Amino acid sequence: MIDVLIFATLNGLVTGLLLFLLASGLTLIFSMMGVLNFAHASFYMLGAYCAFSIGQYTGFWPALILAPVLVGGFGALVERYGLRHVHKSGHVAELVFTFGLAFLIEQAVQSFWGADTKNYQPPALLDFPLFTLFGQDFPAYKAFMLLVSIGIFIGLYWGLTRTRTGMIIQAATSHPQTVANLGHNLPLIHTLVFGAGSALAALAGVLAGPVLTTFPGMAATLGSIVFVIVVIGGLGSLTGALVASLLIGLLQSWAIAVDVGMADLLHWVGVEFPPDHPLKDIWRLSLPQLAPVLPYLLLVLMLIFHPSGLFGKREG
Amino acid sequence: MKHLLPWIVFALLLLMLPWLFPSVLGISILNEMAIAIVFALSYNMLLGQGGMLSFGHAVYFGLGGFMAAHALLGMELGGPIFSVTLIPLVAGGFGLLAAVLIGSFSTRRAGTAFAMISLGVGELLAALALILVSFFGGEAGISGDRSLGPAFLGADFAQDSQVYALAAVWTFVSTLAMYLFTQTPAGRMANAVRDNPERAAFLGYNVQRVRLLSFIVSGFFAGVAGGLFALHYEILTAQNLSTTTSGNVLLMSYIGGVGFFTGPMIGAVVLTLINSVLSHYTELWLLYLGLSFVLTVMFLPQGLTGLLMMHRTPWRRGRLRSLLRPYLLTGIPATLCLFSVFALLEMLHQGSGSVMFFGLALNTEQPWAWLGALLLAIAAAYGWRRSLPSLREAWRSASQEDAP
Repeated sequence: MIDVLIFATLNGLVTGLLLFLLASGLTLIFSMMGVLNFAHASFYMLGAYCAFSIGQYTGFWPALILAPVLVGGFGALVERYGLRHVHKSGHVAELVFTFGLAFLIEQAVQSFWGADTKNYQPPALLDFPLFTLFGQDFPAYKAFMLLVSIGIFIGLYWGLTRTRTGMIIQAATSHPQTVANLGHNLPLIHTLVFGAGSALAALAGVLAGPVLTTFPGMAATLGSIVFVIVVIGGLGSLTGALVASLLIGLLQSWAIAVDVGMADLLHWVGVEFPPDHPLKDIWRLSLPQLAPVLPYLLLVLMLIFHPSGLFGKREG
Repeated sequence: MKHLLPWIVFALLLLMLPWLFPSVLGISILNEMAIAIVFALSYNMLLGQGGMLSFGHAVYFGLGGFMAAHALLGMELGGPIFSVTLIPLVAGGFGLLAAVLIGSFSTRRAGTAFAMISLGVGELLAALALILVSFFGGEAGISGDRSLGPAFLGADFAQDSQVYALAAVWTFVSTLAMYLFTQTPAGRMANAVRDNPERAAFLGYNVQRVRLLSFIVSGFFAGVAGGLFALHYEILTAQNLSTTTSGNVLLMSYIGGVGFFTGPMIGAVVLTLINSVLSHYTELWLLYLGLSFVLTVMFLPQGLTGLLMMHRTPWRRGRLRSLLRPYLLTGIPATLCLFSVFALLEMLHQGSGSVMFFGLALNTEQPWAWLGALLLAIAAAYGWRRSLPSLREAWRSASQEDAP
């Protein structure tokens, strides 16, 4: 039991920090522009696919840098020529635009890369078990993912709180007019932040591609979860995004690992149920089955009882 | 009499269409259109009339549909037997029930918060549908037989054309009911709350209750659409309440135009046609659909209906003819540009070998095919751009009011 828990925790950390790479960009973009970017996970998918294609010519390491740069540039273009154009039609139109973009990118990936799963492998350099615990291997690549994610988090934190650019970005989220009056190019800041957020998402994609498989549905499977995270963490809060990412990552990982069901619970209380009971689906529910449902359940409960999220400010 | 005319035309259209397209495929597409129209109209009650952007409207469509499928299945398994003409009512009732439950907490706020809750509920239901096998049927779904109920006016509904008659009647009644709802004080208040919730609250209205009422009515008609779906296909799967279906209805309403009552109907017809006709010609039809959706959001925020309605003023003033030449001057290069871009996309999709494009065999191995398409695209785009100022000028002079 203890070995299962340890590995579940490690895997949960890997997933959680990966989710944070996505959630941090999303929440930064939201706090600055007020747009929840539906296409954020699509940039993550584009990152994985670009890295796969580039990697066929150059190998993994150059692709690790090139793919996020490429996707970040694409994200900046989307902001400059797409989102800014839609901005005047209001927030609902912006949300609908990013939704359409996500749909479009998924179709484009399916049309030009194919609907099949890509054979995107971790680099040979990291293709060995880092350590073996209770007879189970922990791959070095996952440790590398963990390391990169932590590095990005520290870099992001330092960059936003200690550098001049970070200060301007923070000021642009809270007092956009003042920042513009001081002579900073506010639209350019928006474009850059959007591009940087897309690049972070793409980096997450490059890292996750070999582990979570590279296929056209990868954006849809992760996209809604990232939304859940930024809402639970509190829209616009970077700390909230980190806490919620880890929470969701661990929660899902543990739920899959711990095979406890309603039947066990009822048995423990001393209640048995007939197998042909009309509500048998509910009596038979088990935690691994519920794992995919948990984030959404948490989201709905959060929005009902504490809409501003864990670390969010009160809504104006 | 004047406002009865559109309804008479609508009823005549519903009556005539099966005579114009009597083939099996034609009737099937008409059925799909009828379902889509009711679904999209119910969606626009939220988005267009109530200002609530929902990413989970398929929940009510799907739950209603599943209930209808269970009712059909029940007739087979010795449950209550009743006329299948009432199936949409059963489905609508269940959709309404779900909307009451979910709406009671989701309508507290509009905007992004509402959109998020709808997405969360949608994903929650979609995930639950795979777990709760006895209601949702798991991978296989729930299927029933629509011909087991007592005959109605001599029809046992085994044939698609009989289902069309049923769907047409339900579509007409639902459309009329949804239109009449917009004319009631509750419908008017929904618009007020959409435009300025604070002001509506200051006037003494309970904003949440106004939204909830729209939400419930919308849930009912989404359920009706789900019931018609169950009758037409005789099967429901988890796919029908997934976020893909929710996204689809958003696409329909937006492309049609959310600012007009008829917008979603036009969107439903156009998208059903694209869905069933274009998909025969190209594998990339979903890509084109996504492209046209994004372009619609960017350049035609009022949708296709908005584009049509823009021409009302020039038409009234008899200036429509003066627009013909600039339209042609812009339209020809625009069509050429899109044509060559699509050719490029098809070639890119094909990868190797040759691809048939409008009767043209394009060989992807040959560099001139790529170069030709690319050059044509660039040249046409240049011509398109050059023609825009004169179009704008012509449009301005055609739609401007004369000086008194």
